[in-house]
Amino acid sequence: MQLRDFVVRFAGEGGQGVVTSAEGLAQSSTRIGYHALTFATFPSQILGGPTWTQARISVDPVLAPGDDVNVLVAFNRDAYDEHIRDVLPDGVVIFDSNEFEIEDDDRSFGLPFEELAKSTGNNRAANMVIMGGLAHLINMPQEHLVSFVEERFNRGRAEDAQIIKSNIEALNLGRTHLLDSGFSLGELAPPEMPDYKQLMIKGNEAVSLGAMAAGLDFYVGYPISPATPILLYMERNLVGKDRLAYQVSSEIESITAIIGAGYAGKRAMTATAGPGVSLMSEGLGLAWIAEIPLVVVNVQRGGPATGLPTKTEQSDLMGCMYPAHGDVRLPIIAVGTVEECFYGAVKALEWAEKYQGPVILMSEMSLAERAQNIAKPDLSKVKEAKRLVYSGTNGYQRYAGHELSPMPIPGSPGAYVANGSEHDDMGDTTHLGERHIQMTERRFSKIKLLEEDDYERDQPEHSVAVVSWGGSKGPSREAYNILKESSLPVSWYYTMFLNPLPPKMLEELKQKDLVIVPELNYQGQFSSILRSMGVKAESITQYTGLPFKARTLVEKITEMTKAQLKETTKV
Amino acid sequence: MSKKNPEYDFKWCPGCGDFGVRRALEMAMINRAEETGQPMENNVVVAGIGCSGNLVHLLEGDQPYGIHGIHGRSLPIALGVKMAQPNLNVVVVAGDGDFLSIGGEHIAPQAARNLNVCAVIMDNGVYGLTKGQSSPTTLEGAITSSTPYGKLETKTNPLELYLTLGVTYIASGFSGQPRPLSQLISQGMNHPGFSIVHVQSPCTTYNDTFIELKGDLKNGIQPTLWDIPEDHDTSDRAAAHEILQEGGIPVGVLYNDTDRLSLDQSVVNTWEKANPKTVEQLLGAFEF
Repeated sequence: MQLRDFVVRFAGEGGQGVVTSAEGLAQSSTRIGYHALTFATFPSQILGGPTWTQARISVDPVLAPGDDVNVLVAFNRDAYDEHIRDVLPDGVVIFDSNEFEIEDDDRSFGLPFEELAKSTGNNRAANMVIMGGLAHLINMPQEHLVSFVEERFNRGRAEDAQIIKSNIEALNLGRTHLLDSGFSLGELAPPEMPDYKQLMIKGNEAVSLGAMAAGLDFYVGYPISPATPILLYMERNLVGKDRLAYQVSSEIESITAIIGAGYAGKRAMTATAGPGVSLMSEGLGLAWIAEIPLVVVNVQRGGPATGLPTKTEQSDLMGCMYPAHGDVRLPIIAVGTVEECFYGAVKALEWAEKYQGPVILMSEMSLAERAQNIAKPDLSKVKEAKRLVYSGTNGYQRYAGHELSPMPIPGSPGAYVANGSEHDDMGDTTHLGERHIQMTERRFSKIKLLEEDDYERDQPEHSVAVVSWGGSKGPSREAYNILKESSLPVSWYYTMFLNPLPPKMLEELKQKDLVIVPELNYQGQFSSILRSMGVKAESITQYTGLPFKARTLVEKITEMTKAQLKETTKV
Repeated sequence: MSKKNPEYDFKWCPGCGDFGVRRALEMAMINRAEETGQPMENNVVVAGIGCSGNLVHLLEGDQPYGIHGIHGRSLPIALGVKMAQPNLNVVVVAGDGDFLSIGGEHIAPQAARNLNVCAVIMDNGVYGLTKGQSSPTTLEGAITSSTPYGKLETKTNPLELYLTLGVTYIASGFSGQPRPLSQLISQGMNHPGFSIVHVQSPCTTYNDTFIELKGDLKNGIQPTLWDIPEDHDTSDRAAAHEILQEGGIPVGVLYNDTDRLSLDQSVVNTWEKANPKTVEQLLGAFEF
C-alpha cells in the first residue's frame, strides 16, 4: 500500500543540524509537490542542549505535526533513548554511527553521517546523506532531490558546481547505504503538485508580511522568545521614508511608543510573548480609554512569569482579552495555521484602525516556528487598513457621543488631549458619573464594528460540537476528520475571531448540548469565556508544552460525545 | 481649555510653581509658531501623571495636541509621536516623581538615542497630588507623609544625572521667572536632540521652597538659585560638571551639544544602506 504521509523526527544537540535537516526535508518535498509542515522545540540556551524537530510530508495538505514518528534520525544516544518510544512499530531509526552504537534493535540502522559527508569533500553535506537515506525509505525518485540540490546551491558563485556535485554525491551515498540495509517504509504516493503559487514560510514571517500587506507603518519591539523573529524581519524590511522598525528598551517602551505612533496617525504594531503582554497591561488600558489604534502580537509560550520560553501553550487568552484593570475587553484574533498568521495580521490591523483601539493578535510557539507550504496570498485582495480621519477645523470634540467618531491627526486641525483619565468630549479630565457612563458605553459600542460573518462550519446538524482555537485547530480538525469518517455525530466550528465572536456562530453554539474545546492550558480559558456567554462548553486541556496529538483528541471527543448523547437520551 | 470648560475641575493650589511653567511653555510655543509659521497643532504636549501633567489641560489660547497618558511613560510615548512624525514639535511635561522615579528607566535610552523632544520637568521635591510623599528630589532626612522618621535616601541630583547619561541639552530654570524660563524652553525645542529643561517649581502646600530658592536677604537667607555665568562654555562637559560641584541650583544652560545626530536623523541615514522591497517582492522570497 502506498503511504499518504509520513513523519521524520530529527533529534540531537543544538548545532548538529537538527533544525536545518527538518526544514531542508520539508522544503525539498514541497518543491516536488508534497505538502509539508515542520515542528520545532528548542532548549532555552544559545548552544547545545537537547533539540528536536520534525517534518511531516504528505500528499494532502497537512494540519498538524503528526502523532507518530515513521523515521527517527538520532544524532546521539540521549536523543535515541528519549525519542524511540514515539517511533511506530514498523518505523525506522537512522542513527549517527560515528557517535554511538545500538545493539539488538532490528529497526535501527547506523550511518556515519560525518564520515560519509567528508568522503564527498564537503563536511557540511551530512544533511544530504540523511536526505538520500530517507528518500530511499519512501521510494522517492532521486531526480526530485537532485533538482532541489541544483536549485538550492546555484547561487552564482564559482564554487557552486563543486558544492552541487558533492551534495549529490552525499545524497547517493545515503541512498546506497539504506538500500544495502534492506529497510523500507514502502512507497509514498506520488505528489500532486498544487495548481497555485506557493510559499514555504514560517508563522512569524507570515505575521510580519500580513501586517506589512495591510500597510503597517511603524513597528517597535523588544527581543523575546518566540516573537523575536518578527522584530528581526521588521528591522530588515520595514525601512524607508514614513516607515520605521526600531528596537526599544522594554515592552513598556514598546506599547507606549506605538501608542504615540498610533495617536500620530500611523498603523502601529509590536510583537511580544506573555511576559511582554504583562508589562504592556497598563499601556493597553491607555490605548483602550484614549481610543488609539494599535496591534500587539502575542506569540504565546508556556507561562506564567518566565515559564517555558521555548515551548508552546495557549494560556494567555484571559490575559489578552482582559489585560488591564478597569472595564476593558480587548478584541482578539487568534490564528490557527501559518496561512492564518498572514490573514490574521491583515485583519488585526484592519480592526485596530476601524474601531480605533488596541487589538491583540494571538499566535503561539508551535505556529511561530512552523515552516509550512501555503498558497501565496493574492495581494490584490488585501486591503490597506484605514481609519476614519477628522478633516474639519479646530475646536473639535474628539470624544463626543456614544459611538466611533473621526480621529484627528497631530499636525492638522482638531487638536485634543488623548486622555488616559476619564474625560469629557474634548478630552479634558472629568469625574462626573454621567461622563463615565457615556465613555464606557462608547468604548464597548465600538466592538460591534468588528463583528464578522465568516466562520468554519461542518455538519452543523449535530448537538455536540468541537470548537478549538488557535494552534490547536490543526490537531482538532484532524481528529474531527477521523471522527466524521467514523460517523460520530459531532459538528465542527472554528473562527480566528475570538472577540467579538461572529454573532451567528455564537448563536449556533448556544443551541448545542455540548461544545468541546480542545485547548492548551490548565483552566480551560476559552470554554470558560464561552460559558460566560451562555454556551455549554467544556474543555479538553493539556499543559505539557507540546501540541495535542490528534489521537488523544479522538479518544476524548468520542468519550465526551458518547456521554453527552447518553445523557440526552436519558432525559 | 479649562477656562471654557466648567466640567474640568482640577485646580493647582494658589501660588503653585506650575502656573509659571505653564506661562513659560505657552510663550515658548507661541514664539515657535511665530518664528516657524507653523500652526499650534504642530505641537504635541505629552504629559505625565501628577499635578504637573495637568498642565496639558490648562494651556490657554490656541491649543496644541496633547496626550495625558500613564504615570512615568511620557518619554516613550513621545518617542512614538516623534518617530511617527518627525516634523512635529514634541514636548514632555512631567514632575520629579513621574520623570525621575517611576519613569527613570526611560531617561537613559532617550539620551542614548538623542531623541529630538524637549522635556520640561517641574521639580517640587514631593509627590503633591497624592498629598506629600517623598520623591527622588526630596532632601535626605526630610520628614514627609511617607517618611515619618526622615527620608532614608540621598537626594537625586537631576542635572548631574542628565549630564552623566549624555543628554545633549540641559538647562535649569525657575518657575518664578517665566520669561527667562520660556527662553530656555525655546532653546530646548530648537535643539536638534534630547533636551531637558529642569525647573524648580515649588509646591506651596507640601514643600514650599520659594524663599530658600530666591533667598530673603533681609532675614539673612542666601538664595540657593544662582545664575550660570555668561562666559560658561556650554559645549564643555567638564565645565558643566564643575558648575554642579559648586552646589546650590545653577540657573541657565548647563550643557549644549549640537554635534550628535538625533534619532530621526540617524534613521534617515540608514535608508541608503537598506534596499526597501515591496510586499510582493518580500513574498516572492518565500515562493518556490
